[in-house]
Amino acid sequence: MNFWTDPIRTVSDWLMSLFTGWGINEGLGGILIQLLGIVILVTIMLVIDILLVWIERKVVARFQDRLGPNRLGPFGLVQPFADIIKLFIKENITPTGVDKVVYNLAPVLSVFSVLILWAIIPLAPVIYGVDLNVGLLYLVAAGAIGTLSIIMAGWSSNNKFALVGALRQVAAMISYEIPMVVSLLIPAILAGTMGMMGIIRAQQGLWYALLSPLGALIFLISAVAELGRTPFDLSEGESEIVAGFHIEYSGMKFGWFYAGELLHAFTFGGFWGILFFGGYHFFGLENLGPLVAAAIVLFKALLGYWVIMWIKYTLMRVRIDHMLSFNWKFLVPLSLVVLMATALLNTLLRDASAGFYALSMFLANVLIAWAVVEILRARSRVERGQSQAAASTAVEAAHH
Amino acid sequence: MTILFFLFATVILVSAVMVVSARNLIHAALWLVSTLFGVAALYALLEAGFMAVVQVVIYIGAIAILFIFAVMLTRRELRDKGPGLNANWWLSALISALVFGGLLFLLSGWSGFSKASAGLPSEFDAVGALGEALVSPQAFVLPFEVASVLLVAAMVGAVYVALKQK
Amino acid sequence: MIPLSWYLILSAALFSIGLFGVLARRNAIAILLGIELMLNAVNINLVSFWRYGDVTQMAGQVFAIIVFAVAAAEVAVGLALIISVYRTRKTVVADELDLMKW
Repeated sequence: MNFWTDPIRTVSDWLMSLFTGWGINEGLGGILIQLLGIVILVTIMLVIDILLVWIERKVVARFQDRLGPNRLGPFGLVQPFADIIKLFIKENITPTGVDKVVYNLAPVLSVFSVLILWAIIPLAPVIYGVDLNVGLLYLVAAGAIGTLSIIMAGWSSNNKFALVGALRQVAAMISYEIPMVVSLLIPAILAGTMGMMGIIRAQQGLWYALLSPLGALIFLISAVAELGRTPFDLSEGESEIVAGFHIEYSGMKFGWFYAGELLHAFTFGGFWGILFFGGYHFFGLENLGPLVAAAIVLFKALLGYWVIMWIKYTLMRVRIDHMLSFNWKFLVPLSLVVLMATALLNTLLRDASAGFYALSMFLANVLIAWAVVEILRARSRVERGQSQAAASTAVEAAHH
Repeated sequence: MTILFFLFATVILVSAVMVVSARNLIHAALWLVSTLFGVAALYALLEAGFMAVVQVVIYIGAIAILFIFAVMLTRRELRDKGPGLNANWWLSALISALVFGGLLFLLSGWSGFSKASAGLPSEFDAVGALGEALVSPQAFVLPFEVASVLLVAAMVGAVYVALKQK
Repeated sequence: MIPLSWYLILSAALFSIGLFGVLARRNAIAILLGIELMLNAVNINLVSFWRYGDVTQMAGQVFAIIVFAVAAAEVAVGLALIISVYRTRKTVVADELDLMKW
């Protein structure tokens, strides 16, 4: 056993021998090592978070036919650090009339709800925080804490724009949680476990994005809505409620919300990669070593993050009633149909050959997608007919 | 383990006292969230991971948020007026203390009161066993289905009651 | 190891605090908050009985899950009633809702 095959165990064994050499007993040493691991993981994630600011600014610049930050350091790489320093040295304003404790707790909870997600993300077969047997539900529970932080920020700011923004965002998050939970159940059914490691191991042969493309799509849409990014960024609006729930935050308190949002998008990209695109599996490349596997997971997370950015900078925002009726009248029924089809096929074809199983899963998804498109087409035809009839009667009335 | 238990118990009891004594109702609801977190941690300590996560999802993600929404919907101004407790609060305190004393008295007479826990059998999948128990006809499928009917009925009733009459 | 009695005492204390909230608070929403505390006390008992009894018998956890469902239903209907009462009476203070008092 050396560093390249099992880095975490090697380092922790070395630290343990160091601690026992200092006269610390094993139980306390174990706790210290775990605390150290948490601190290191959180630090790495926050450094990645700083780089995400740079990536986001570069990518949005390319989407909008600009260059993006390019003055400070090679490719503008030092720019985000300058941004962070600026946020830190800004005056830390607490407006009068705010509920101080709740107001200051909200940004902390917002980042906390994202960072705890990394406890269950397996970076490699031997690099993971904890393999919870209820991993998928843990993902939803962390989202609940994020919802709480937003409503705390909106209420404690003592500002009606903040409150309206928070209520909108919370309404969206609560409604889109349902298709998200249902689409999370699809990998759980296919793998037969809710633990992240089990789901990745079950994708050794075939990624779940091929078995259930609709499930992957529904997860992506509801993840975008959970994040509150365009086209579902109803919590902000320059012309109506300005910055939404974080309108009263400035300096690094705002910075935590911003950092939390970017890291959340990156994390959901990572979960998309883990649940539907095989996690650290990449055509046998993961066998080269745990560090390569970790690089694959982070690469897939970046790719997922890029897709979320692509959606954000391509689509226009929707109206809030459209957003909620899209969820309740379209996404929830669709996700339930996909879930039922997946569960039914999974039970019926338990003894069938792997190829037939995969093919019928995929074809079932294609069939559902086709049926959905046909239903939508028929509905919009009816609506178009009605609006045309109304328009023509209006024209006739105007003539007479 | 013992230290953790006392930590969580302190969190639960202190926040529960704040829930019933906080003047500001939003603060009371946020203290309720803290209590519920403590209870979830206690479930984790009892090796019921599924219960801990479901506690966070349902209580904090849904019920506490619902409370905060309801508090916001039922007042004109955000500040509280008047006492939070009614005139007979000392009688309520007496009754609660009596209930606590009575429960302790009843429990201390029970033979299994200070039982120690047996370790979980190795390779025992508590989540799987819970799932089996919920949908197995030999176990609890009927209560489970009745609970789901109850939820639908509650949802329809809540929508009907809270809907603005035109 | 922690004996069962500690959990039972904790849950009895939580139940009593919740009971105090239900009896003493004036605001109807605060009364519902007290009921939530009492339901949680019950759940602590159920889960600790599962853990300290025969762990292969899942009755304790199943019961606790049904308590979750009942709590969610109770909160939804209770808060809907409170909002509806607030619309007609402009108050949620339980003492002032005395229309049926004689």
